[in-house]
Amino acid sequence: MLGDPCINRKTNFKKGVVHLMKRLSKGFVLTAVFSMLIFTLAACGGGGSTGSSTGETFKVGMVTDIGGINDNSFNQSAWEGLQKFNKETGAEVKYLESKSDADYIPNLNQFVQNGYQLIWGIGYMMGDAIKDVATNNPNAHFGIIDAEVDAPNVESVLFAENEGAFLVGVVAGKMTKTGKVGFVGGAEIPVIKRFEAGFVAGMKAVNPNAQVLINYTGSFNKPDEGKAAAASLYDQGADIVFHAAGQTGDGVFSEAKERRKQGQEVWVIGVDRDQRDLGPEVTLTSMLKRVDIAVDTISTQVKDGKFEAGVKVLTLADGGVDLPEDNPYIPDDVLKEVDQYKQKIKSGELKVPSE
Amino acid sequence: MRLWDRFLHSFISPGLWVPFGSIVLGFLVGAIIMAFGGFNPFVAYAALMQKAFGSPYNIGEMLREMTPLLLTGLSVAFAFRAGLLNIGTAGQMVMGSLGAALVGVLVPLPPIVHAIVALFVGVLFGALWGSLVGYLKAYRGVNEVIAAIMLNWVALYFANYVIRTAILDPQQKQRSLYVASSARINADFLSALFQNARLSYGFLLALLMVYVFWFLLYRTRLGFELRAVGAGAEAAQYAGIRIGRQVIVTMFLSGAFSGLAGAIEVLGVYGYMTISTVHASYGFDGIAVALLGGATALGTLFSAFLFAVLSYGAAGMQFAADVPLEVSRVVMAAILFFVAASALVRSLYTVTLGRMRRGSLESEVNRS
Repeated sequence: MLGDPCINRKTNFKKGVVHLMKRLSKGFVLTAVFSMLIFTLAACGGGGSTGSSTGETFKVGMVTDIGGINDNSFNQSAWEGLQKFNKETGAEVKYLESKSDADYIPNLNQFVQNGYQLIWGIGYMMGDAIKDVATNNPNAHFGIIDAEVDAPNVESVLFAENEGAFLVGVVAGKMTKTGKVGFVGGAEIPVIKRFEAGFVAGMKAVNPNAQVLINYTGSFNKPDEGKAAAASLYDQGADIVFHAAGQTGDGVFSEAKERRKQGQEVWVIGVDRDQRDLGPEVTLTSMLKRVDIAVDTISTQVKDGKFEAGVKVLTLADGGVDLPEDNPYIPDDVLKEVDQYKQKIKSGELKVPSE
Repeated sequence: MRLWDRFLHSFISPGLWVPFGSIVLGFLVGAIIMAFGGFNPFVAYAALMQKAFGSPYNIGEMLREMTPLLLTGLSVAFAFRAGLLNIGTAGQMVMGSLGAALVGVLVPLPPIVHAIVALFVGVLFGALWGSLVGYLKAYRGVNEVIAAIMLNWVALYFANYVIRTAILDPQQKQRSLYVASSARINADFLSALFQNARLSYGFLLALLMVYVFWFLLYRTRLGFELRAVGAGAEAAQYAGIRIGRQVIVTMFLSGAFSGLAGAIEVLGVYGYMTISTVHASYGFDGIAVALLGGATALGTLFSAFLFAVLSYGAAGMQFAADVPLEVSRVVMAAILFFVAASALVRSLYTVTLGRMRRGSLESEVNRS
């Protein structure tokens, strides 16, 4: 009597499983057979072209962060650099987009397993993943933008964003009519803090009384939040807004364009690439961060057998950060002043704070 | 005439033809879309399979991807059996991650115990978050779908706030500190088996949950009551089941599955929790997984597997055939569309054609 329930339960469980299996098995066998058929067909069709490349070509891969390849910002810029590298040297280049943090490591490993000689991780957020994959694959070479990774096979590329931001700060300080300028940041990470610090310092240097309004949105891929942030800054009286927020910054442009249509004189300072294409009428200038040049140059060096592990900081003097060649909305006297500061920073006479 | 009946019936029978046909049609539609986009669908699907099954590492990572899908799928399926749509799995997962991360970082405990406590707290966080939805539904008359969607965002921003104030990594600023190694649930033997893939005990736990799900539903009084409520709430109430309490308990258990998914992500995959501005897609994918799996234990297991293959293999399509990630989402969406559409066809059939052939339909009912 005491043992009965236990046995009952066991047999019941067995019965249940058997019942379920019976119900399910027929369909699943069919499903399995058909899917196998489909996939075999697929495999037959795909045979040649997937893993075709020989060991001779030099292959460079890059993994984007979750901003994706068309972020109008540094992922895009990095890919432009790789495409240029491909044109110059004929090396094979390829990118993989990550749809979540979980994809970083498998994406990097995909390149490792396919014998890519250099693999780029784009963005601060990928630091941990690069460290992990680089440690497990000591023979592969990696490059990372915006993060410091300490491993013998990783070259970390940082930029002196504070120096470039200083120059656009000078422009903003000179040209603001309301005495207030705005800054929209992505997340509060060291890279973005460098932008902010340089921008504030540049503005204070030429216009000590001006006020900087700062707004961090917390994300790099949300244009709607960028738009809201810009709106609040313009409402508070800022007439020029500088953004360092990746795709989030797209929203800053759309807000400025809307206000311009209503007759408000508002401006945007773009970031990373010359962002004039996002709103020619409202783009005062852009702070260039030449991720493309960095990726191109270092890929070329590695192709020539000159891989250097460690940290490389690209400054104004290296051409790593700069302003675009032509700035139709900036008067000549302001440009002259910008040039003077540029020389001072390049010569080391002026040190720009980085936080 | 009988043959025709049988043919029609094969479309409307609730058996496995529906999900199976949907999968095939979904793949076909995906292939057509790719062909229109100028990609070779054969190369792409081959690459998908290559990525998902090509090496032990890839299989391991695919199973890692499957773990949260399975758990959120079970979570949705469980509530579904009681007639509730738990669309709040994403939020419950975030709360699960948060609970696990807090215990993992802040509470010093010996190995094994630490991991168990962290897992448990994660599960509890998810479960409580779920039961909050249940409470609002049962005693405040708030539709569970609306409450859950809004609470998803509350959970996300609350978690971000807590990470920022309590366990932020001062160097990184965008994620928590690493949880103590005593709280990690990495399974070295599994990782070794799969060439260092991030497969943890979490995967085994998730598989165990398939049994737990079935056991809860079919071998406990609670499960019986729950299914009774799902089959007909009024009848169940008439039979003496307290619906209000039942809704809360259901959402508590449903949330527990999602909470476990979140805890496993922190303790088994990353080792930390990031401040993120969007939900991971697992929460909403869980609805799809449960739907395709017919809200059964084994069905959910298999559909989670399929979604993991699609989702993880997508990177392979991108790599070998240059197919954008979005296309694999289109295939998944197409599969779901056909599952949902078949339900529509079925209901239309039973209402219209079925009325005309009442006799034959009754005989079908009797047979099954």
